[in-house]
Amino acid sequence: MAKVTFIGFSGGANTVEVPVGTTLMRAATDNGVPGIDGDCGGNCACATCHVYVAPEWWERVGARNRTEEGMLNAVDDLRGTSRLACQITLTDALDGLVVSLPEAQH
Amino acid sequence: MKSIDSLDVASIRTAAQVRTAALPLEELNPADPQGFVDDTVGYVFERLRREDPVHRSHSPIPGIDTYWSVTRYRDIMQVDTSHDIYSSEGGITLMDFPPGDEQKLPMFIAMDPPKHDEQRKAVGPIVASANLNNWQDLIRERTGKVLDSLPRDETFNWVDKVSIELTTYMLATLFDFPPEDRRLLTHWSDMATSNKLTNPDAPDPEVRMAELHKMLEYFTRLWNERINAPPRSDLVSMLAHGPATRNMGPAEYMGNLVLLIVGGNDTTRNSMTGGLLALHENPEEMAKLRANPALVESLVPEIIRWQTPLAYMRRSALVDTELGGKRIRKGDKLAMWYLSGNRDESAIPEPNRFIVDRERPRQHLSFGFGIHRCVGNRLAELQLKILWEEILRRFEVIEVVGKPTRIRSAFVRGFSHLPVRIPG
Repeated sequence: MAKVTFIGFSGGANTVEVPVGTTLMRAATDNGVPGIDGDCGGNCACATCHVYVAPEWWERVGARNRTEEGMLNAVDDLRGTSRLACQITLTDALDGLVVSLPEAQH
Repeated sequence: MKSIDSLDVASIRTAAQVRTAALPLEELNPADPQGFVDDTVGYVFERLRREDPVHRSHSPIPGIDTYWSVTRYRDIMQVDTSHDIYSSEGGITLMDFPPGDEQKLPMFIAMDPPKHDEQRKAVGPIVASANLNNWQDLIRERTGKVLDSLPRDETFNWVDKVSIELTTYMLATLFDFPPEDRRLLTHWSDMATSNKLTNPDAPDPEVRMAELHKMLEYFTRLWNERINAPPRSDLVSMLAHGPATRNMGPAEYMGNLVLLIVGGNDTTRNSMTGGLLALHENPEEMAKLRANPALVESLVPEIIRWQTPLAYMRRSALVDTELGGKRIRKGDKLAMWYLSGNRDESAIPEPNRFIVDRERPRQHLSFGFGIHRCVGNRLAELQLKILWEEILRRFEVIEVVGKPTRIRSAFVRGFSHLPVRIPG
């Protein structure tokens, strides 16, 4: 299992525990964590699962893929730590991952 | 006892279903505008999804000719997200005009990366959450005013008095356009999407172009005013000041204006009409909504799925490729039939039912997916959400008292007329 914490834009935190192999997006949408929409169902096709990875975790989540880069072009408030949650798969190495959420998904 | 009107509609539909079932496969052409006037094109899509999901289609309309129809949700998603194979630069409608014909305008919906990405990035922020929050009160105020001024105990056209009125106000806000001239925006949008080859009532191409040039003059005047003023959060100011857009030439400026006017215009308009019709035709769903107004949250995306205001988007193959078992040649054009994908039961449960409390209601294809996904999608949803909240607050009953009149277009799926009566 892997634990992940989502920090909301106005500060509140939600921690969920999911089976290894779950995407970060599904970790949120399957557990009612607000602030991640995932309209396309995880196909890297809508950019409504935008998150900011906590700096201390950035190296461990791995790099953005090409399709993801293209989709991230369109997000509001793109930052260096921006990722699309559907493109991050939770592993044992990511147990304890912390991400924060943008003001809104678009 | 069904009304005469609904028996009439039912018999047209049955006849179409029988006729469609009897046609040889190669004659199925979803782009026939008559199928949209009658709202019978669904029978064509049902056959294609089942028998020939990537279907070589032929249209007698000059400029359309031969194209691939992509009818299943998953294949459409694949095309929409493979912009390196399927380009938007050949245009996003099936109609190809002779080279040199002035019908096409440069706009980022019809561009590929990198140019697309630069322009979208410049325009996207106008519909970002900050602006949406700022506009909520204004949208609600205007919506309330329009609804409060509707005639009571008298039949009127919902399309004109509500759908066009509200979307026009929204566009005027986006551009900070003088409110007294706001109907010009609707007029120019309708000019931009008109096509005499599919609709004989449309204006002649020269007339169309002349009207679009008047639009360019008007907006050029606004540009000149705002480029010399500090940057503001309306679209003209953002284009005039944005680093990627401030040097764009008049053709590109006009193209992007048309894109944003059209994008935000008849799509939202037709969803405002289509939603009322859908709830009228599904009274159990209306009852669910009245019992629990919080269902507006899932109602809105279901309306957008149901209406599918743009029935398809066109792409052009950049290379030879394979799709759904068919060989696509470089240069071939394809239609991603969002209207068909939105009724594909292998992706969407009970797709032919209008369900106000669907799970995953935003899974629909109406906004597209991939880098071209509708930049105004949340703004569209916001307008519809506020409309339904204000309707539910005000009217116990809204009656649709006659048949809708559907627009003769295989691209814009919409209405020119919906007779409505509000008892008062």
